[in-house]
Amino acid sequence: MDLDALIGCVTSASCVVTQTTSGLIVGMLLFLVAAGLTLIFGVLKIVNFAHGTFYMLGAYLAYTVFAVTGSYVLGVLGGGLGMAVFGVIFERFLISRVYGANVLMQLLICYAVVLICDDLVKIVWGPDFYAMGMPPAFQVPPLFIAGGVVPPFYLVLISAALVIGGALGLGLGLTRMGKIIRAAAVNPDMVSALGINTTLLYSLVFAVGGMLAGLAGGLAAPVRSLTPGMGFSVLIESFIVTVIGGMGSIAGALIAAVVLGLIRSFGTIGFPLFTDGLMYIAMIIILVVKPSGLFGKEIV
Amino acid sequence: MPEPSARMGRRTVLAASAATLAAPWVARAQSNPIKIGIQSIFSGPIALLGVSSRGAIQPEVDRINAAGGLLGRQIQPIYRDSKGKPQEAARVARELVNTDGCEILLDAEASSGAFAVQEVVRDLGVLCVHSNSETSSLTADPKLRVATAFRCARQGVHDAIVGGAHSAKVADAKKLVKWATCSPDYAFGRDTTAQFLDFLKHFRPDTQVTTQAWPKLGQPDFTEVITKIIQAKPQALYSALYAGDLSAFINQGNVYALFGAMETFIPAMGDLPVLTTVKSLPPGIQSANRYLPTFPDTKENRAWYEAYRKANNNDYPTNWSWENATAVRFIEAAVKKAGSTDGKKASAALAGLTIDSPFSNSGKVTMRAEDHTLIDYAIGWGTTIPKPPFVTGIEPADWGQITELETEWKKKSGYL
Repeated sequence: MDLDALIGCVTSASCVVTQTTSGLIVGMLLFLVAAGLTLIFGVLKIVNFAHGTFYMLGAYLAYTVFAVTGSYVLGVLGGGLGMAVFGVIFERFLISRVYGANVLMQLLICYAVVLICDDLVKIVWGPDFYAMGMPPAFQVPPLFIAGGVVPPFYLVLISAALVIGGALGLGLGLTRMGKIIRAAAVNPDMVSALGINTTLLYSLVFAVGGMLAGLAGGLAAPVRSLTPGMGFSVLIESFIVTVIGGMGSIAGALIAAVVLGLIRSFGTIGFPLFTDGLMYIAMIIILVVKPSGLFGKEIV
Repeated sequence: MPEPSARMGRRTVLAASAATLAAPWVARAQSNPIKIGIQSIFSGPIALLGVSSRGAIQPEVDRINAAGGLLGRQIQPIYRDSKGKPQEAARVARELVNTDGCEILLDAEASSGAFAVQEVVRDLGVLCVHSNSETSSLTADPKLRVATAFRCARQGVHDAIVGGAHSAKVADAKKLVKWATCSPDYAFGRDTTAQFLDFLKHFRPDTQVTTQAWPKLGQPDFTEVITKIIQAKPQALYSALYAGDLSAFINQGNVYALFGAMETFIPAMGDLPVLTTVKSLPPGIQSANRYLPTFPDTKENRAWYEAYRKANNNDYPTNWSWENATAVRFIEAAVKKAGSTDGKKASAALAGLTIDSPFSNSGKVTMRAEDHTLIDYAIGWGTTIPKPPFVTGIEPADWGQITELETEWKKKSGYL
């Protein structure tokens, strides 16, 4: 524990700027993955343990599209759309078979998909790690704001995540389809009785959830290493985010992801040996004080 | 009295009969291959360890078999995946010997698995060569040492001594006093960093450590670690990160222009998978060699590099590759010398053995008898450039200095 360093940091403008930006970038990428996870849970009550795999495959797809086209935007879109398709296939052929079944069955199917996909990645791309590399447009020196270091690429990532999150929130809140999805989360039988094709709806939810994870993988690919199994660590943190934010709450996921990002960012200065522990403590406190999470009462 | 020609004929007949009777035994002996159990990590995030180890082992085995085998018997490697779990490593090692009938173990595990295998070998008494574990205590600590187990890999303390000496030299020239470290948060990262700092302070007693960051192994995002280092404003940074974690750290550090702000020392940078994967390799990083086709800059090393790539779909060899190729060559030489695969006899032959090697500046490597560990391999530090050969100006280490300081370290650690 280094409280002097922490106090020194929060009283220094440069440190606050640097660490806040750092926390936001960690949080926003986490939010994109967790948003898909919480959306799927909110509507289908499925805890998608394979969600980290969506992130991994999205990153690999983005890497491949980028390698072929040289376009980072196409790479990110490729990762997102590819995972939307994969989400539909995953839902239709696997998860839909265990709707309403014991959660253990869902867990087994998800875990099987994780292992299969990890091996497939090794077969297709090999066991080596990959790095997409920074797109030429972003190979620029960092900005210095109030003495703090702010990389322009991270500002782009934060903006992109905010736009995607905003579009998701608006889509769910204001569009007809969004309202149907929210209704299905509350009472799927009633939605079905109204003649709405819930099968299609559920596939759509998985497509959106997969797309969010794929976009996150693609967005992060220039600065993260691509390895088989890379989705696991992201999955763990995404679960913490969904638990803190409230299972099924997009707004909760956003707040929780940013809070976790800031905890990591400032925690590493004040509690360098206990940064991960701080995240779990935050989760435990929330579970004790408000077991449904910060925004747990909201359905979506 | 029978004619001489008839006697000869009878002897010939007797010899032929004996040969006929013995034929099945001879054939069985020749068809009874020497099974070598090879366990490593072939799945998960660090599958590259096992894959690039196997990529070096198999061509060596093929070479021996093509030349008629070992003691007239073909070698049959049996590969097993421990998935990086120590308890699985121990189970697999036992199974390879007891169930699969392996006479020799080539343990290509990471350190956590190697310590588990060591105890199995203590029990079974077979010849075992650890080919990937760099944790010094495996062979340095007499309480852990096993009579039939050897380490054919670089050793953490060797890297720390050479790294400390080189870094101190650079620190002298550039007047570097304030240091930061960033290493993976497990035994290897912490031990290696502590040893490096010990030797750096041995050469530069005025060294100050301003901050230390310990990211988790496989951590996807190093942003908070990087910004923490920036806040500490060190003059120099040491990192024991490696492989995919190192690649991510470099890419994320580039975003913050981290490596232009301080002198950086990363021993594991000089490994081809990292050098070729990092798209924007910062110039001027001080790096040790892990495996480089240009160090030692000999035609033997270059030829091995080309052969490896040809045999492995043009993949690059890793540090683990040369270690495992060397392990097979030591096993070959020891079994030939002993005339047996028996654990005790082969171990007696292997202890103190010196063989020719493309991975040494002297052209030879030795399995040191006193602690069963590899010495005289190529080790040195140079500076990165963003294009091949990626690391230049590599200064070979002085093995006399390494041995002297290693002995002091052993005394200090209570190993001598």
